[in-house]
Amino acid sequence: MKLKHVTALLCAAAMSIALGTNARADDKVVKIGVILPMSGGTASIGAHAKAALEVATDIINNAHPELGNLPLAKNAGLAGLGGAKIEVVIADNQGNPATGQNQALRLITEDKVAAVFGAYQSGITLTSSAIAEKYGIPYLNSESVAANLTERGFKWFFRTTPIATDFAKAYVDFLADMKAAGAKTDAIALVHDNTEYGTSVANTIAGAFKEKGQPVALDVAYPVNATDLQGQVLQLKDKKPDVIIMISYTSDAILFAKTMQSLDYKPAILLADDAGYSDPSFIKAVGKISQGVFNRSSWSVGPSGSPSAIIADMYKKKSGEEMDDTVGRQMQGFFVLADAIDRAGSTDPAKIQVALKATDLKPEQLMMGYKGVKFDDKGQNVLASGLIIQLQDGENYTAVWPKANAVKAPVLPYKGW
Amino acid sequence: MSFVLVQVIVGGLLLGAVYALFSSGLTLVWGMMNIVNFAHGDFVMLGMYVAYVVYTLMGGGPILGAPLATLVLATVGVVVYFALIRDIMKGPMLAQILGTFGLALLLRYSVFWWFGANFLSMPPNIVGGTYAFAGLRIEASRLLAGVVALLVTLGLHLLLTRTSLGSKMLAVAEDQTAAQLMGIRPDTMQAIAWAIAAGATGLAGALIANFFYIVPTVGETLGIVAFVTVSLGGFGSVPGALVAGLLIGVIESLSGYLIGAIYKDIVVYVLFLLFLWFRPQGLMGKA
Repeated sequence: MKLKHVTALLCAAAMSIALGTNARADDKVVKIGVILPMSGGTASIGAHAKAALEVATDIINNAHPELGNLPLAKNAGLAGLGGAKIEVVIADNQGNPATGQNQALRLITEDKVAAVFGAYQSGITLTSSAIAEKYGIPYLNSESVAANLTERGFKWFFRTTPIATDFAKAYVDFLADMKAAGAKTDAIALVHDNTEYGTSVANTIAGAFKEKGQPVALDVAYPVNATDLQGQVLQLKDKKPDVIIMISYTSDAILFAKTMQSLDYKPAILLADDAGYSDPSFIKAVGKISQGVFNRSSWSVGPSGSPSAIIADMYKKKSGEEMDDTVGRQMQGFFVLADAIDRAGSTDPAKIQVALKATDLKPEQLMMGYKGVKFDDKGQNVLASGLIIQLQDGENYTAVWPKANAVKAPVLPYKGW
Repeated sequence: MSFVLVQVIVGGLLLGAVYALFSSGLTLVWGMMNIVNFAHGDFVMLGMYVAYVVYTLMGGGPILGAPLATLVLATVGVVVYFALIRDIMKGPMLAQILGTFGLALLLRYSVFWWFGANFLSMPPNIVGGTYAFAGLRIEASRLLAGVVALLVTLGLHLLLTRTSLGSKMLAVAEDQTAAQLMGIRPDTMQAIAWAIAAGATGLAGALIANFFYIVPTVGETLGIVAFVTVSLGGFGSVPGALVAGLLIGVIESLSGYLIGAIYKDIVVYVLFLLFLWFRPQGLMGKA
């Protein structure tokens, strides 16, 4: 145990020496501290994010005219700082809120980073951003969805990702559009498990529809990891809702698909809230009997040759993985931060904060399907939104809504198998 | 409305038959040796993976998957008996609980390591699709599992009550020393019991794999139901497990449909506890 600690200390020392000399050798470097789970149970997320940030840094630091309107892509480095390069200093949060907090402190006081970016898990974003707030350093979060993060009255905290309320709004708008196109969307059923995720997201969605004067007609709750879902499917078959919104993890999502097939039940519209339906193993297991299911995402690869398709390619070359929604949101957040530093024309935290507050990016300047990036007083991106994607062929999701981001038109009704 | 109710009850009966099928192995071991096998759910899981491997790698389909899973798991049962159970049987109850629990974790995480945590699935309706019968829908794979459950229960019951092997096994269960004096080897009998119990469990897993998802932790989900079924049916009673499984399946289906899925487990467990209050030995267990 002791030896491990000594080794860790030595590594940290060696790293800070290396980083220190680096900064002195080249003054035109802007350091951004990045807090990510590089070890522990979610280490794969950290590994993916690291590859994504390497791609993002490459795009910012080198000239990539092929990426069109994407800010900072055209020329090498940050034009606002005389072509300064971005340097990422990654710190491991070990999946632990206390460690994340210490790392934030180290990045700010030792590495003197201009801004902090992180930290994946909502709980760690919570603790590490408190340090940045105390020291007056801008903190950008791109992927934690817990609502309370932007309810703390922080002045230095900015979040680009959409949260549950945004998704609920997207569902309301999407179904309104489907109705305008002739689909029947009057009776909506929510099907969700009894976990924190299932119940809280179901509540948010039910609230959003109620606000629109269309209360949810049927609420089907079931215990997570169910052994049997025949009763629930029969309940749906009996009540015949027009739209079913599924809030389920992978195991139950698979069992629902199988049970719906065996009982020969198809709603006109089946809309899933991410989670199980985005799991690649869901598609492999039952994609072929879930053709036409809608799902949410903020990422869509887009037509080939488009900036998002080029970035997806770069990411795949770097990591060997397909681009997904999470790494996409991370890259997008990183671009927003770099853009603010560029416009600030300085590494002075106060100037970066002012620039972040003035952020006003348009959809065509983004790689993700947001309606733009613009922060409210709480630091939440008010234009964050999701795309609706559809599993048309049973193998790959395609963006179908909103129209501006759609690759194909939505196909109705739900086809199933 | 009433029509849907019929479908609910039929679905419950088929589900119950499956519960009975994967509980029979547990009740056998429990009744024969007084061993609570906490690794039982993971035996089911192994059976599912054997069926999956047979299907994907060897192209065997369900016809080959089920017997192979039975054989593989019977072998696993014998190995487990000689390597672990024989020794921990001599120890206190706690050693048996922890021993089989450790085995459960070993099996689960070995599968994790080899196959990963991803959900797998047999192709939908690999066994014969779905029969629409007078408006009722019956999945062939569930029907097959239900029929096999009845056959296995009948077979095990006949084996225990009508054959000399069964009598020997019961003799060992009753009094080891006396059985030994009669020239019966307890080791052999108990190893055979483990082979049969694990084999039946593997068969159950292979059949369930046709309509359920496959994942290393699936034993956790299914294991609890097996324990409830066996205690309701009566420890060691094979026909008891069948009746209990059918009862639980129908109660679960009906309460899930009529009251709501969130409450169905409450209904099942309240009835279960009430029943044990009046009849602690279970439906068909000996007092």
